[in-house]
Amino acid sequence: MSHWIIAPVVVPALVAAFLVLAARFDLLLQRTFSIAATVALLAIAAGLFVLASDGVPRAYPLGAWPAPFGIVLVLDRLSALMLLLTQILALAVVLHAAAGWDRQGRHFHALFQFQLMGLNGAFLTGDVFNLFVFFEVLLIASYGLFLHGAGAARLVTGFKYVTVNLLASTLFLFAVGTIYAVTGTLNMADLAVKAGQVGPEQLGLLRTGVALLFVVFAVKAALVPLHLWLPGTYGVAAAPVAALFAIMTKVGAYAILRVHVMVFGGEGSATGGLAEPWVVPAAVVTLILGTLGLLAARSVQRLAAFAVIASMGTLLLALAMPGADATAATLFYLLHGTLAAGALFLLADLLAERRGAVRDELVPAPAFPQLDLLAGGFFLAAIATTGLPPLSGFLAKVWILDVLRAHPAWPWLWAVILGTSLLAVLAFARAGSLVFWKSTATALPTAADPPPRTRPVLPVVATLALVALPALLAAFAGPIARDLEATAAQLHERTAYVEAVLGPRPVARAAED
Amino acid sequence: MELLIASGVGALTAVGVYLCLRGRTFPVVLGLSFLSYAVNLFLFATGRLVVGRPPIIDPAAAGYTDPLPQALVLTAIVISFGMTALVVVLALRGFLEAGSDQVDGREPGAEGRR
Repeated sequence: MSHWIIAPVVVPALVAAFLVLAARFDLLLQRTFSIAATVALLAIAAGLFVLASDGVPRAYPLGAWPAPFGIVLVLDRLSALMLLLTQILALAVVLHAAAGWDRQGRHFHALFQFQLMGLNGAFLTGDVFNLFVFFEVLLIASYGLFLHGAGAARLVTGFKYVTVNLLASTLFLFAVGTIYAVTGTLNMADLAVKAGQVGPEQLGLLRTGVALLFVVFAVKAALVPLHLWLPGTYGVAAAPVAALFAIMTKVGAYAILRVHVMVFGGEGSATGGLAEPWVVPAAVVTLILGTLGLLAARSVQRLAAFAVIASMGTLLLALAMPGADATAATLFYLLHGTLAAGALFLLADLLAERRGAVRDELVPAPAFPQLDLLAGGFFLAAIATTGLPPLSGFLAKVWILDVLRAHPAWPWLWAVILGTSLLAVLAFARAGSLVFWKSTATALPTAADPPPRTRPVLPVVATLALVALPALLAAFAGPIARDLEATAAQLHERTAYVEAVLGPRPVARAAED
Repeated sequence: MELLIASGVGALTAVGVYLCLRGRTFPVVLGLSFLSYAVNLFLFATGRLVVGRPPIIDPAAAGYTDPLPQALVLTAIVISFGMTALVVVLALRGFLEAGSDQVDGREPGAEGRR
């Protein structure tokens, strides 16, 4: 049994506590420890990814209490993949924020580490109630991060963000309670076994619980009509925080995959495919609304926020399709979408910092330093986000289009995806030409102006590294796609997961009882 | 007792939902509290309603009540307590900074955006 499985939860928890208690007045110490911890987490996540790539799920019983009586953490291919993605995004964000943005308020790094703890825990846990607890941890940290630096707009939006998430949490508890009342367990592996044995008189109650749980995850994943909290929140939050939040919508998608595809899905399951008739139309509307938002956006950060909604629409379209191939396509788009959205948010921050009073608004403004560099970065990020060749967005969208051919209304879905892609290209072309090409005549710096201070290199490097990742994703698309196919196959073939948690042959044993 | 508990959960939820849909922040905070009371009561009932039985091992006991929902309720109470405190402070700061306790930060009928 490898104790490394718990490290992604324990390391940020300890570091965050240390930062609050011992380093609260020393920003340099905070930055050093926070960055070092994030690098260490990245190394651990990479190690766990290699460990999990042998295809054997590993259970880690906390306190050595045997499942299903104790809580287990489970490392399989999917959780390892999500851990690695989170750590990559987190490293870029913390490097970007450490260049001065973390000075705007106190405890940025502590909250950041708590956020990582919640995210990592949510990806690792094998218990539905524990998933709720880690959701709360990551949400509480996100409230703090969101309000970092405060301001009236952020406070008013923050109240709405917190309220929506508290309502979702309440619904989560109702759903968990209903499922527990029917099955008598909250362990995911045990649930996967017991859900198949529920009698017809209790089935309605179980299906209600499972459907409620889907609504909760749809709130996180910003599925229309539950998306209303997202544009305001992501548009007002500080850009590095918004970039980290790019993974938060994906937590919703991950939870749907884990709970609805793995635990309650499966061939001929009475609880599988409950939401499918609803998800496809809702995802189509999400995609269209997100794209219209792109056209209406008035700042780069708003553009990025609506790009997140549009990409969740595409992602949920693929998620709603049955089969392991559709899941693999979903995962590829998830990887791509997270990195592209994170890159866009960080770029918005770099632009806002350089363009003075107009911030990142889509209006012509004087030329600014490093214009060519940022224009190149924006160009690549726009190509990746809208899904043009040669970057990973194109490959991801082609894969999703291919998967969607199994749907009876596939010509319409194709038309929606391709049409919205065209509109997204238009929106990004408009934004890019307004920000980068239509520079007004520059007022040359006079002696009265303060001398140009040296700009920190770190945020630019971190952002451009994130921009370059979709290119890497495209360059190594073959091996990555094969890995994701294995991940999806493992998710759909849940016997290995169940046996890793409950021991050999639990299904047969339960049937004998 | 089933009827009492069920109508209690139902009434608390109805009050909570109604208050959450109000326009000012304080009723919304109260609504969130009512919803958390409702869900606590609901979670308590998920282990089935049993009267006068211990939740922990006792040689003299004739039967047991399910201890797990009690642990769940404790966790839920702690989280909802902390969240209520946060949301109260948030509502207060929002009122002081935006000058309005409307959920969207501006008085009804006020012209234009902030």
